[in-house]
Amino acid sequence: MPDTVEKKSAKVKLRELQDKIAQDAWDAKNRGEKVGWCASNFPQEITTTMGIAVVYPENMGAAVGAKGGGQRMCEYAEGMGYSGDLCSYSRINFAYADLKKCEELEIPFPDFLLCCNNICNCMMKWYENLAIELDIPLLMIDIPHLTKEKCDPERIKYIRAQFDDCIRQLEEITGKKMDYDKLNEVMAVSQRSSKAWLRAVSYMSATPSPFSGFDIFNNMAVACVGRGTPEAAEAFEALADEYEELVKEGKSTFKGEEKYRVLFEGIACWSNLKFTYKALQSRGVNVTASIYGPAFSFLYGSMDELMAAYAYVPNSNCFEKEVSLRVIDARKNKVDGAVFHMNRSCKNWSGKLYEMERQFKEQTGVPTIVFDGDQSDPRAFSEAQYDTRVEALVEIMEQNKKEGK
Amino acid sequence: MADLSTMIAGLKAISPKEELKKAVSAGKKVIGIMPYFCPEELVYASGMVPLGLWGADMQANESKRYYPAFICSILHTVLEMGIKGKLNDLSGIMIPASCDSLKSMGANWQYGVKTVPVINVSIAQNRKIPAGKEYTASQFKKVRDELSKISGKEITDEAIIDAIKVYNENRKALREFSFLAGKHPEAISPADRNAVIKAGYFMDRKEHTKAVLAISAELASLPESSFRGAKVVTSGILADSPSLLKIFEDLHIAVVDDQIAHESLNFRTDVPIIESDPIMGMAERIAEIEGCSVLFDPGKKRGQELVKLAQDAGADGIIWIMTKFCDPEEYDYVPVKRMIDKAGIPLLAVEVDRQMVNYEQARNAIEAFSETLC
Repeated sequence: MPDTVEKKSAKVKLRELQDKIAQDAWDAKNRGEKVGWCASNFPQEITTTMGIAVVYPENMGAAVGAKGGGQRMCEYAEGMGYSGDLCSYSRINFAYADLKKCEELEIPFPDFLLCCNNICNCMMKWYENLAIELDIPLLMIDIPHLTKEKCDPERIKYIRAQFDDCIRQLEEITGKKMDYDKLNEVMAVSQRSSKAWLRAVSYMSATPSPFSGFDIFNNMAVACVGRGTPEAAEAFEALADEYEELVKEGKSTFKGEEKYRVLFEGIACWSNLKFTYKALQSRGVNVTASIYGPAFSFLYGSMDELMAAYAYVPNSNCFEKEVSLRVIDARKNKVDGAVFHMNRSCKNWSGKLYEMERQFKEQTGVPTIVFDGDQSDPRAFSEAQYDTRVEALVEIMEQNKKEGK
Repeated sequence: MADLSTMIAGLKAISPKEELKKAVSAGKKVIGIMPYFCPEELVYASGMVPLGLWGADMQANESKRYYPAFICSILHTVLEMGIKGKLNDLSGIMIPASCDSLKSMGANWQYGVKTVPVINVSIAQNRKIPAGKEYTASQFKKVRDELSKISGKEITDEAIIDAIKVYNENRKALREFSFLAGKHPEAISPADRNAVIKAGYFMDRKEHTKAVLAISAELASLPESSFRGAKVVTSGILADSPSLLKIFEDLHIAVVDDQIAHESLNFRTDVPIIESDPIMGMAERIAEIEGCSVLFDPGKKRGQELVKLAQDAGADGIIWIMTKFCDPEEYDYVPVKRMIDKAGIPLLAVEVDRQMVNYEQARNAIEAFSETLC
């Protein structure tokens, strides 16, 4: 026991790591080093290896939303001329770029921008605008949307050429050199983190799941951006160990009895996180499946596979693969139903959501609901609609249980 | 003038529905072409018939089972027509992934329409670097092979070069027409201008070129224009709404040039002929296109281009035709507006939608804007 008492919990390690990533960027900025703003699914292997500090406006958008500043910042951006139709993360970021302050969270201002459009093309437009607003260089890795399950060799060649170009440009901008031996080490550490992440989320298949599925939303940020560091690998290994232990003990961090298990599809409604969580938790519904589980693993064994891995992120895959990822995860994790978030911010995700829901339902046989919301703009979310739909879902799941389905 | 009116009326009468029926009756296969910048020349080279699909002014109902309401009406209405069986005579539909909404169009079409196969088109966004051009060319070659399977015959490089020449001649004719239309607003209304350009999406390109050249010849012979209304350059994705164009005409507003994806952006840049690899020439064209929101534009050259277009055409102002729910356009608007403001050119943004019925708000805004120009 003393051993476990002295050990930091994985949650603490992950929080500290997140804080460290943020602090490293401030420190680098204060030392006069060049700092970048970076798309969340930009190949982190490049910046981690080169020791270049970057921060993630998407993470800032989520945090500002969660801390209650989403609407204020979005409205400010709308006052600048940006349409309320646009991604709320980008609106928050445009507001911050203009205001240069934000009471909920601030990130150091960038000297360059690193964009990758694998998750959406909106990213590309967003960063084009930032480059103009801030008058700084924009480096982009274009990862064309997949329409087949496997990434073709032509895509890999194209991504690789951009990867190399990007490194050359970053060397010029920052004065730091790429060390390819170190890149191999970072790739190996990233694999260690990814495998630990996969092991951690795999315990969601246990009954009860050892944790509340909403925790994934918090942990995936580090899984996404910090996985190339030994600290991240250690934190995820600790997380997986903790979950393993909880499973052995039949315990869970989910508060209350886990009566129902659901897949939660889409980005969290950060501005309404508590409400969306409580409406489920109070009815004994735990999230035991999410695309963030399997999809942020980035498994690869070679440079070519590394290129392909960035084409296999959610929303870059072909539609059939996207559906099958959810279905496999839902079956493995024994869900009783699914909650689909029609995210007003994300046209890429929302454009396919209705058909995805239909195919998911058909293939899994579980009931589903769709609700309207937004990742960081609370104006697109209705508590009444969400609550009513969750209630309806619970009723069907309850009936199904009674009928032994 | 009678000749000119007759010629324009002929192009206005071109109906995509009839053209599709005619082609199919003649035993030809037809391929639907969605925006943006699909390799249409390959369809022509295959002996099949390309048919542009930019949606229709109609209410969308069935498409709402696939797309939420906040996706643009171009995609909604193309899908609506597909689901309702209006495009069943197509032998394929080319769908690129140029914007986030288009990324799900392929799947929505595949599961919603079922009868018409999808030909996915992938275009590099880092389109100016050699690797980007190679990638686009590699994907166009896959499209060529899919078209070969549908047409049942090999598409040779010679046939592709011939098709490129046909399209380049068409583009050149349209550029000349656009220039002359800008010089003669008294003879060419905004609706006429749009109709002449739009007909090309449904007609055989050679026939279209002939018709456009004939119109241009008439325009070139006209005396200097006595038009005294406001002259504008339009910018956006699509500006073919009859109601909107009627407002322009009613208010004596002439379109003297445009930066519209459906119009000049489609014919401003030719495909260079590369004998050894003609498809690479098509990728080179994509690399050269400027001013379109769905193509990567790190320096927002769109703004500089638009200012230059307005200055070169002697425009009094710019009207930004904002296609509702088009996020690439909504992103571009803010920085480009700033560039236009800096150049001292009056700008008005008007939001339009294929499902829009009431244009009164647009009329009031355009009227107020036009009064400031004259």
